[in-house]
Amino acid sequence: MHRFANPARFMRLSSALMPWCAAAAAACLLAGFYLALFVAPPDYQQGEAVRIMFIHVPAAWMASFVYGLMALASAVALIWRHPLADIAAQGAAPLGAGFTLLCLVTGSLWGEPMWGTWWVWDARLTSVLVLFFLYLGYIALVNAFDDPTRGARAGAVLALVGVVNLPIIKFSVDWWNTLHQPASVFRMGGPTIDRSMLIPLLIMAVGFMLFFAWVLMLRMRTAIVASRVRAARMGEITATEPPERTAAESLP
Amino acid sequence: MDAIAQYLAMGGYARFVWPAYGVAVIVLAVMVIASVAGWRRQQRLWAVIEAAGHGRRRASARR
Repeated sequence: MHRFANPARFMRLSSALMPWCAAAAAACLLAGFYLALFVAPPDYQQGEAVRIMFIHVPAAWMASFVYGLMALASAVALIWRHPLADIAAQGAAPLGAGFTLLCLVTGSLWGEPMWGTWWVWDARLTSVLVLFFLYLGYIALVNAFDDPTRGARAGAVLALVGVVNLPIIKFSVDWWNTLHQPASVFRMGGPTIDRSMLIPLLIMAVGFMLFFAWVLMLRMRTAIVASRVRAARMGEITATEPPERTAAESLP
Repeated sequence: MDAIAQYLAMGGYARFVWPAYGVAVIVLAVMVIASVAGWRRQQRLWAVIEAAGHGRRRASARR
């Protein structure tokens, strides 16, 4: 794993992977949108409103998945000081916040016609709202320090503490009486959702995942270039010192 | 024509279904646009440093 934690190697690997990743993401998302809007049947109870599911559910999965990834990267950053771990966590955070926002908004748009309300303070909805604030808090905390290293460390601790929210989100629908329905795909005994809806849903989810992978690689590359820019400028300021040493010390 | 209008009506749920898909497109587009803009900005900054002759040694030392 240490081999992949090398920024230069990551730059090479990501530039080879990104075109494929982008093409696959575009193909899955186009197919997903087409299947969701034209092929999947209307629900026998919910009618056409069920099409919101094909956005809402993948967005919700990504919201939790991205946070899990961010927490894992934060743990790696705190324990092993891998140079890429903080970069990965910080690159993922705004994307996770975006998916969580998408999940909340589409959930609201689905709740009004089906439940008769845009919002309720039930356990599932509230815990996802907390997840959204955790993302925002993480982003704010990381940027609140003049020294990027200290910001990264504080953010990593927050990300790890917040991970307690993930099982709460997952099991909220079992632990409490929620207006939100329980799981119908990832559950014991297999999915209860019909294939004609499950397949478009999974294609859309794969599309979201590939899309996230592509944008995350782009953001990590950006952060690596930014750290090189910072290091070079630091070298200019302390021109009396050997610039190589200064640059090496401020490597991510 | 009627078929299209009927499709767009989404069985009476048009004002919920279409905004949901609209928000999805907007959120994904903002992620891409903001990230690509950030990448271009850093690339420009690095190009300036490269052109000034600074940082070249550091870049090659890291490869």
